[in-house]
Amino acid sequence: MSLVEETNAELGSPVVPLPPQPLGTEVTPPKKARSRGRLIWWRLTQTSRFWVGAVTIAVILAWALLGPLLYPYNATGRDPLNMGLGPTQLHWFGTNGIGQDLYAQTLVGLQKSLVIGLIAGPLGTLIAAVVGSVAGYMGGVVDRVLVWCINLLLVLPSFILLVILSPLFKGLSWVFLTVFIAGFSWMIMAQVVRSQTKSLRDRDFVKAARYMGVPMRKILGRHIIPNVASLLIIDATLGVVAAILAETSLSYFGFGIRAPDVSLGTLLAEGTSAAVTRPWLFVFPAGVLIVTLFAVSLIGDALRDAVDPTSGVNRD
Amino acid sequence: MAFYIFRRFVNYFFLSLIATCLAYVVSSLALDPAAKYYGRNPQPTQQTIDNILDGLGVNPNVPVLQRLWDWLVNLVVHGSLGTGVNGVSIGDQIISRAGVSLRLLLIGSLIGALVGVTLGVWGAVRQYKLSDQVVTYGSYLIFATPTFVIGVLLMIAATALNGAAGAQLINFTGEYSAGLSGSWWDLTLDRGVHLLLPTIALVLIGAAGYSRYQRSVMLDVLSADFIRTARAKGRSRNSALVRHGVRVALIPMSTFFAYSFGTLVSGSIMLEIVFSFHGMGEFALNAISQSDINAVAGTTLFVAILILFSSTLSEVLYAALDPRVRN
Repeated sequence: MSLVEETNAELGSPVVPLPPQPLGTEVTPPKKARSRGRLIWWRLTQTSRFWVGAVTIAVILAWALLGPLLYPYNATGRDPLNMGLGPTQLHWFGTNGIGQDLYAQTLVGLQKSLVIGLIAGPLGTLIAAVVGSVAGYMGGVVDRVLVWCINLLLVLPSFILLVILSPLFKGLSWVFLTVFIAGFSWMIMAQVVRSQTKSLRDRDFVKAARYMGVPMRKILGRHIIPNVASLLIIDATLGVVAAILAETSLSYFGFGIRAPDVSLGTLLAEGTSAAVTRPWLFVFPAGVLIVTLFAVSLIGDALRDAVDPTSGVNRD
Repeated sequence: MAFYIFRRFVNYFFLSLIATCLAYVVSSLALDPAAKYYGRNPQPTQQTIDNILDGLGVNPNVPVLQRLWDWLVNLVVHGSLGTGVNGVSIGDQIISRAGVSLRLLLIGSLIGALVGVTLGVWGAVRQYKLSDQVVTYGSYLIFATPTFVIGVLLMIAATALNGAAGAQLINFTGEYSAGLSGSWWDLTLDRGVHLLLPTIALVLIGAAGYSRYQRSVMLDVLSADFIRTARAKGRSRNSALVRHGVRVALIPMSTFFAYSFGTLVSGSIMLEIVFSFHGMGEFALNAISQSDINAVAGTTLFVAILILFSSTLSEVLYAALDPRVRN
């Protein structure tokens, strides 16, 4: 999925020239031109997709944080009088075979999945930004080695690599799982950042900084990264989706989050065996997961259009 | 052109080879094949355990690079992938399972690519019309759904359908009905019915990705000058779109096909497990849970070869579509 967006974004130039500044005099300060960030924000707020996604995510975040406080049951306690029941007024999402409340479990799982996604997505983008900009800026041997490593990691599907690595983080906490997920989700974005950096490197403002003796670290931080920032923001947003998908898939097949931790993936794994006879055990966690990811994708899509409004306009 | 494709093939070949070696080293470090023997009661002597592990070539006391070298030599000289912890040759196990996986993967990815490209072109031509919006939001919905959830939801739907029809219309557990006997045609039909749901799931995943990409590429092509030229010299709209538009828009698709194949491989591995097929997915899962290093390496090699072929195929497609590459 991520490749679609990045290539899409790549088609248009991410470096939109600012509108010409009006020639103000020294006495009256010139009218400030609308900065690129504000322009993107303005375009973003014009799309309904963004608002639908943002409001949904805000509601889900608030629900995951406050929901457990407003609900009488917790995720581990059992209700022996109501075992294996469908949704009732008492247990909103029903109970599982040993009487645990599914609503409370879903909220706990949602918290865990959201935390993992919100950390791993941006972390992957950070790695992509560092590797991509260093490779593109330095060129030469460093570039070749890094590109080669990227291709190597791209050859094998990251799900399989994570499954092979899973015994390593078996005894460790979910934090390591998060780092591993981020560690295998940066490659394609790094390629995009690299190609952008290569074209930025020969622009005058970067050359000027270089000839003035500004060290590479500062050039990357001041000139290169800000110019690809919009791409990075999109990637971080969609990276959240990819990370949550990776976490739930790994947990579902028993390679990710393990008991006593609960995530949406482990809940879905437990619910699958009963998916046909007691569908609520599967349908509710799955629904919450899908709505969450769909809302984040809507924000990512709206961001992409706001950053690059000229791409994909049919002039036929 | 042949030289170009050969060069790309060699490049992918070395990448796959090194990826497999890397997977071998990583799995050797991550898995502990000796652990299960220590857990046995009565516990075998250290000498016995060492003998077993040496026989499999997975003794952790031998340096990992030495074992990797032995594994490679064994592969090149004898064409053997070693023996699994169950005592059966990995090569034989993979051969008996590969067919199941390849059938699902090939049918699913081909139909998925066809459906995706068609929907993408259609969506680009009818941009922002209702049909385009439905396809767009539908594909976002599929992106937001984990593969195994798609599989299980299809199972629930099939059960409801079977219940409504009052007969077992769609069988979905396993790869074929156990104990079924009949003519060749009956057996094939039975396998086809079992293949239906995982194939639908794989087609949905593939089509969602391809249609988004094809749509954006097609939109760029539609606004290109050569389409207007084709129209101006009197081609009909449909003819200009298909002969000049789709052909050009397919060029970047061939590269995207190679990139996305890995996603489809992991998708089909997950679907195999969900639908309890005895394919490579189950094999990989068992290999990890039994700490079978040779089996993990064999699985990785299998996947790497698949990726090698799909990447080369996409280069061939690229060269066939884009005359600039051929010279």
